[in-house]
Amino acid sequence: MCQTCGCGDRESSVNGDLKQINVVQEILHKNTQLAQQNRAYFKSKGVLVLNILSSPGSGKTALIERMLQCSQFRIGAIVGDLETDNDAKRLRSHGVPAVQITTGNICHLEADMIARASKKLNLDALDLLIIENVGNLVCPAAYDLGEDVRIVLLSVTEGEDKPLKYPTLFKTAQVAIVNKIDLAQAVEFNREQAIANIERIAPHATIFAVSAKTGQGMEDWYTYLEQKYRGIGNASFQVKRSSL
Amino acid sequence: MHEVAIMQNALDIALQQTRLAGGSQIHALKLRIGELSGVVPEALEFAFDVVVQGTIAADAHLEIDYIPVVCHCSNCDLDFQPANLVYECYQCDQISIDVVRGQELEIASLEVS
Repeated sequence: MCQTCGCGDRESSVNGDLKQINVVQEILHKNTQLAQQNRAYFKSKGVLVLNILSSPGSGKTALIERMLQCSQFRIGAIVGDLETDNDAKRLRSHGVPAVQITTGNICHLEADMIARASKKLNLDALDLLIIENVGNLVCPAAYDLGEDVRIVLLSVTEGEDKPLKYPTLFKTAQVAIVNKIDLAQAVEFNREQAIANIERIAPHATIFAVSAKTGQGMEDWYTYLEQKYRGIGNASFQVKRSSL
Repeated sequence: MHEVAIMQNALDIALQQTRLAGGSQIHALKLRIGELSGVVPEALEFAFDVVVQGTIAADAHLEIDYIPVVCHCSNCDLDFQPANLVYECYQCDQISIDVVRGQELEIASLEVS
């Protein structure tokens, strides 16, 4: 039987009036299918898509703001929050196309929300689409949105043991960014310990230590993004831009 | 607390499958939930009681098969159950990134009439 949607032989068995149906279907298969459609669509547009996850207040919006000011990428953003469009407004004030999704009581973004929101953006004019997920280190981990790179962001004020407390999310991320590194000394943050914790929980993840506020460490992050951008089939972001 | 949304998805699939099988009542629903799925079984049970109200699954029994994480060590060519959340092979201490079980979030079976 098909492991994805349960089609094919159903192997029903009858026991009195009761019938057993062996379903074997992924509960989130609808989301997974939509995420795959999103991924194919974004790839056809040559856009690299990032999904940024963190606790509230780790500096997701500040990180995007820094990227707008200093990186060479043309960036669009989709921002998820329970209420208000403050973050999208903040990004729009930099002249960036930003769509706000207000989820109400939903603690995560889903692939269909991204499909609808991305229709409001001109992807042909973008290199990078950044999805700022709802601030939450648990629920968003279960939902593929169709991103190319999943990033977990933690700030130095949250403590070195965050990866140990929220292992599931760290294990699903390809990149971990330690933010607010300019405050490390003030809050007695042990950088080596934090990085060692990430490496033990998520040995596959690429780790960056940055300050979105001062720009410290951002160059390495941009270099990584350029490599990823070429990896989805673009020659380089400058080439795409000059061909427009 | 995304368990309510997940349980609602599971119920939608169960209702559809029951209709396809010509059933009108769901008596039991069995789920397979991996340790690394990001879902708490107790919260799922709570969500189940909420979402089934007023449906043909209102009296159904929920069974959750909780699947522990199993990793593969490429060094030793060995599947192992990690002792804690650091997926260290007990033979060679290499940390595995190859999770072979424990990410399940699926419906296994239904009992309908």
